[in-house]
Amino acid sequence: MEDNKPWALISEVGEQGYIEEVTDIMKKHFQIICHKDFLQNPQLHGPKIQAMFVWNAFPEAEPALLGSLPSLKVVANGGVGIDHLDVPYINSLGVKVTNTPDVVTDATADMALGLLLASARKIVEGHQIAVNPKTTHIPQSLMGVEVAGSTMGIIGMGRIGCKIAQRGKGFDMKILYHNRNRRSVEDEQALGASYCENMDDLLKESDFVVLAVNLTPETTGLISHRELSLMKRTATLVNVSRGLVVDQDALVKALHSGTIHAAALDVTHPEPLPRDHPLLSLPNVLITPHVGTNTYTTTRKMVQKMVENAVAAVKGQPVPNEVKPN
Amino acid sequence: MAMEDNKPWALISEVGEQDYFKEVTHITKQHFQIICYKDFIQNPQLHGPKIQAMFVWYYPKPEPWLLSLLPSLKVVANGGVGIDHLDVPYINSLGVKVTNTPDVVTDATADMALGLLLASARKIVEGHHIAVNPKTTYIPQSLMGVEVAGSTMGIIGMGRIGCKIAQRGKGFDMKILYHNRNRRSVEDEQALGASYCENMDDLLKESDFVVLAVNLTPETTDLISHRELSLMKRTATLVNVSRGLVVDQDALVKALQSGTIHAAALDVTHPEPLPRDHPLLSLPNVLITPQVGTNTYTTTRKMVQKMVENAVAAVKGQPVPNEVKPN
Repeated sequence: MEDNKPWALISEVGEQGYIEEVTDIMKKHFQIICHKDFLQNPQLHGPKIQAMFVWNAFPEAEPALLGSLPSLKVVANGGVGIDHLDVPYINSLGVKVTNTPDVVTDATADMALGLLLASARKIVEGHQIAVNPKTTHIPQSLMGVEVAGSTMGIIGMGRIGCKIAQRGKGFDMKILYHNRNRRSVEDEQALGASYCENMDDLLKESDFVVLAVNLTPETTGLISHRELSLMKRTATLVNVSRGLVVDQDALVKALHSGTIHAAALDVTHPEPLPRDHPLLSLPNVLITPHVGTNTYTTTRKMVQKMVENAVAAVKGQPVPNEVKPN
Repeated sequence: MAMEDNKPWALISEVGEQDYFKEVTHITKQHFQIICYKDFIQNPQLHGPKIQAMFVWYYPKPEPWLLSLLPSLKVVANGGVGIDHLDVPYINSLGVKVTNTPDVVTDATADMALGLLLASARKIVEGHHIAVNPKTTYIPQSLMGVEVAGSTMGIIGMGRIGCKIAQRGKGFDMKILYHNRNRRSVEDEQALGASYCENMDDLLKESDFVVLAVNLTPETTDLISHRELSLMKRTATLVNVSRGLVVDQDALVKALQSGTIHAAALDVTHPEPLPRDHPLLSLPNVLITPQVGTNTYTTTRKMVQKMVENAVAAVKGQPVPNEVKPN
């Protein structure tokens, strides 16, 4: 049957791309072509494409690719972070950029706490001991650090930072935060969070430093040698932002020397790290492969929102989540 | 030469080599002269009559034959709140008190319950393995977890630990159901945002995460068996920070293998550790930690302090803060 739906370029289904279960959402509104198939004949496929869906920074919205998509109306990102997209440049081609805020908030905040607790209570090591064929008795030496009643310092108090604070409060943690702009008194009271105008104060007082900023030129290398040396020797760094927010070489040195106690990272730079990277072999480092939004529920919501944005842009209607350059 | 020491003698299991062990032993030595089981057993006739307190941290086991070697024993002081491993009526019949360490274990255990829940739900152990595996070349998108925020947590056993678990669940905007021998007050329920399920079956049917926080008694042994597991959602996860025997492990294995439930996260099993060929060790959807629910420096220190405090009071004939009376 003739299909009048507009065409969308996507990365791939499976492997590093979309799980099969979400393709139905896209196909409801678009005919889709994967990047690999597109590359077989860009001259043929290019002019049809009105929307490009970006997932895990693929396909890359570079001039070479964009130059072959004369009908493109929108680059619709799956996820809220758009540090990988040159928004001013894409806009200059008359193309909108959209992202998926809000729907990623809860899952990312859950991940931050999951990392914090798994690190603090040595859950990965514990499981390895519990299932190891050589284990003969329960060791009493597997000791963790206390979470309840400790101090959580959140750097970046946007939607995700606030949800992290809410969760920390459930553990009777003392909540400090640092943000470009101070939040309202009502927000602070609701969350029981105290503002640290000077990030140094947050670093000095926190048992768990949680990074929830977006990646910008200002936040690149935000946590480097100096910041790590201000942290307590008993403190843990948790990162659910972007790898580049942290100076990784400085982090390796700090962990090696005991300047900080541990790190729990859902994000690194690059992803994945080179297989000989020192972070992979440090005993006090927990790394997860950028799965902060990886639940079926959240992934579906992200795809729905991504498609919704693209449909609106293609139809020339108001776009719910257009990203405007600062 | 050592000054004459008039402190009473206490029997302990062992002193580990780690710095932390030496630190907590220091707490004990402020009030007691200590002898490890290994040294005691070299000459029970010599050492036995001196001993007025016995500190139990899983070991030594206060079996009748051992207790009979301790004619001056006044107290068996347990480190931890669970005393299912102690025959309290029998020990009491010898004129010996039993004490435990409630309250100080609550937070760490509740933290562990949530740690297990989140690690299971978001596949943190698998994720870490992929992230550090020398063979990993790209980030797979197939590592999918289940949503925690906004899901339903059903707590079975709403004592001190259960309530703290509920408080934490609420921070994740989870819907909280609970089942307990006795319903809690309206104030408690409102403060925690928890709804009572008089019938445990209802809790099992509606929960995405079933969390066990009961103590082990004849009534709670095998509380979760075939029937209960089959009532649970196929997408649900069982989290256990109680005791291994609260769960019928064979039934659990079958339920996990058949997809009757989605996953299990256990800080406790029976026995501990499990035999190395036990099916639970090889199921992909099972997370097990080696009974580390109270294993933080802070909590362990508080447990030892409380254990020693109880023993000091018992030896001096003063009111004992945490005496365990038989039901």
